[in-house]
Amino acid sequence: MPDPAVVQDVLRLQGLRKSYNAGLPTEAEVLHGIDFSLARDDFAALVGPSGSGKSTLLNLLGLLDTPSGGELYLQGQATSSLDDEARTALRGRSIGFVFQFHHLIQAFSAIENVLMPVMVSRGRPDAATVSLARELLATVGLADCADKKPGELSGGQQQRVAIARALVMRPALLLADEPTGNLDTQSAAGVFDLFRRFNREFGSAVLIVTHDPRLSESCDRTISLVDGVIVGDVRHPTMR
Amino acid sequence: MWIETTIAFKFLREGRTQTALILVGIAVGVAVIVFITALILGLQQNIIGRTLGTQSHIRVLPPDEVNHVAPPPPGSVQLLLEDKRTQRLRSINNWLGVRGVLDQLPEVTAVSPIVSGPAFARRGDTALSVALVGVDPLRYQKVIPIGDDIVDGEFRVGAGEAVIGSLLATDLGLRIGDKLRLQSGTDRSAILNIAGIFELGVRELDQRYVYLDYKQAQSLLDLPGGITVIDVTVRDIFSATTVASRIAALSGLKAESWMQTNAQLMNALTSQKMSTRMISFFVGLSVAFGIASVLSISIVQRTREIGILRAMGTRRAQMLRVFLVQGAVLGFVGSFAGALVGCGLVWVFNTFGPKLFYIPIAPSLVPTAMLLATVTGVVSAAVPARRAAKLDPVVAIRHA
Repeated sequence: MPDPAVVQDVLRLQGLRKSYNAGLPTEAEVLHGIDFSLARDDFAALVGPSGSGKSTLLNLLGLLDTPSGGELYLQGQATSSLDDEARTALRGRSIGFVFQFHHLIQAFSAIENVLMPVMVSRGRPDAATVSLARELLATVGLADCADKKPGELSGGQQQRVAIARALVMRPALLLADEPTGNLDTQSAAGVFDLFRRFNREFGSAVLIVTHDPRLSESCDRTISLVDGVIVGDVRHPTMR
Repeated sequence: MWIETTIAFKFLREGRTQTALILVGIAVGVAVIVFITALILGLQQNIIGRTLGTQSHIRVLPPDEVNHVAPPPPGSVQLLLEDKRTQRLRSINNWLGVRGVLDQLPEVTAVSPIVSGPAFARRGDTALSVALVGVDPLRYQKVIPIGDDIVDGEFRVGAGEAVIGSLLATDLGLRIGDKLRLQSGTDRSAILNIAGIFELGVRELDQRYVYLDYKQAQSLLDLPGGITVIDVTVRDIFSATTVASRIAALSGLKAESWMQTNAQLMNALTSQKMSTRMISFFVGLSVAFGIASVLSISIVQRTREIGILRAMGTRRAQMLRVFLVQGAVLGFVGSFAGALVGCGLVWVFNTFGPKLFYIPIAPSLVPTAMLLATVTGVVSAAVPARRAAKLDPVVAIRHA
């Protein structure tokens, strides 16, 4: 049963820890007890220098990896005791990913890539889902590219397909890892605007991991991670 | 299962060159298996056909005559000097009853009592030793289709008529309608008309066999009302030995199957079959390793895509199935092509080959080969597929 106290939070972390090589002499703790939560309308940036544990934290938030200690609640549900099957199902249902390198599946067309999260969890998509996917592609400005293969698209276009894909399941949480890292300024601005829109229109909480100070300052909230500890959590109310 | 199949097909189509190469590999392997299996089967059927064209599946004979020696009284030692008894020509006791029993056996398709014994065939001052075979023509032809081997006249052994082999006819200068004098060891003789001449292609038989009516043979061999052998045909030729031992147990007579009388041939056939199986097994094994290695490479190449699929909610079991389906598809499509090539090779052999014998393709051969290849595909995909399913999505996505 979801805990009523945390149900309005999409994500809540309690003393989250992560060590590598647990039990070995080379054991190294990367995250030393992380606490924060993301509300449904949050639009936040996670910043920090290289080696601060950003990627590790992102993998934990995305249920791609399991914490060594503490608890992670996704939509009120404790996740540390879930098995791989249940975590995968929850991940597919509730989390959308946008990676630095678009990461489309080359063998499938743009529209098929957008539909992939639906297809792997629910099988053949129905007409309503296909039209949602087309709408999403139109929203990211790629209405004409639906049947093109990723190889026929530019880097910026591929990244926008990846964003449409991350949103097709209408996830509660959108995680983006350096989403504009390898895009030119104009494409980057377009991608950022898309995140903004989806945050408002879909009510998806957005967490962007980035190095780029301009990007993090454009967000409503900046969470700073240094050496595996949260050192700052600043809201920028003026931006709204 | 729909999405797994879709992804599997897309992956195979995307990796065009690899897919094409391994398909050729599988096809060559399956073609070899199909061709060699058909060839050996055809060869064996041909050899068995030739062997059984002139002999019955089972011969039922009277039991050997033995000396009955009384057991020694207790506490004494018996010293025995035994003269073995001669095996004179004699009839099967109550053969009509035995024939009735054999007719009822479900495995038996034909029963033919025969009166057989030695005699001389005379013409002028030439005398040749021959084997008399007194038959009931209707029953006999169900066991040995001698009617197919008649080269002159017809197979008719009514009163006063005989059918002889082509070599005997040449040796005695006989033609259809000529008279032949037969004289048995008991000094009985008869004069018969030649009604037909046969050629079985076996020298011994074409030179020595004289077919006549069984009643005539009975009187020539001094076995009134008796018969010496019962020839039996069974439904499944390879069950002959089992049926023979059943007949022996039922009747108390001696029953020999063709497999027992041709033990060396059977040995050769078994070794052939075993070597075919071994070749098929090793070819299949190398095909399996080929599939496994191609899929392993594909998994390394697709590590990142696998990671993304996992991040998007693809379960381990689904990932496993994606690669198992690829193995199955490779096996199925490759073996289909291979079976076509194999059948083509058989056709070429039958049409342009030495034409010593014809290779039939058993209707079950191609489906069996394809089924086995598909299963082999799935099994050999299992190891790489498990690796794909076990990939940690975090590591996989970072994979360059």
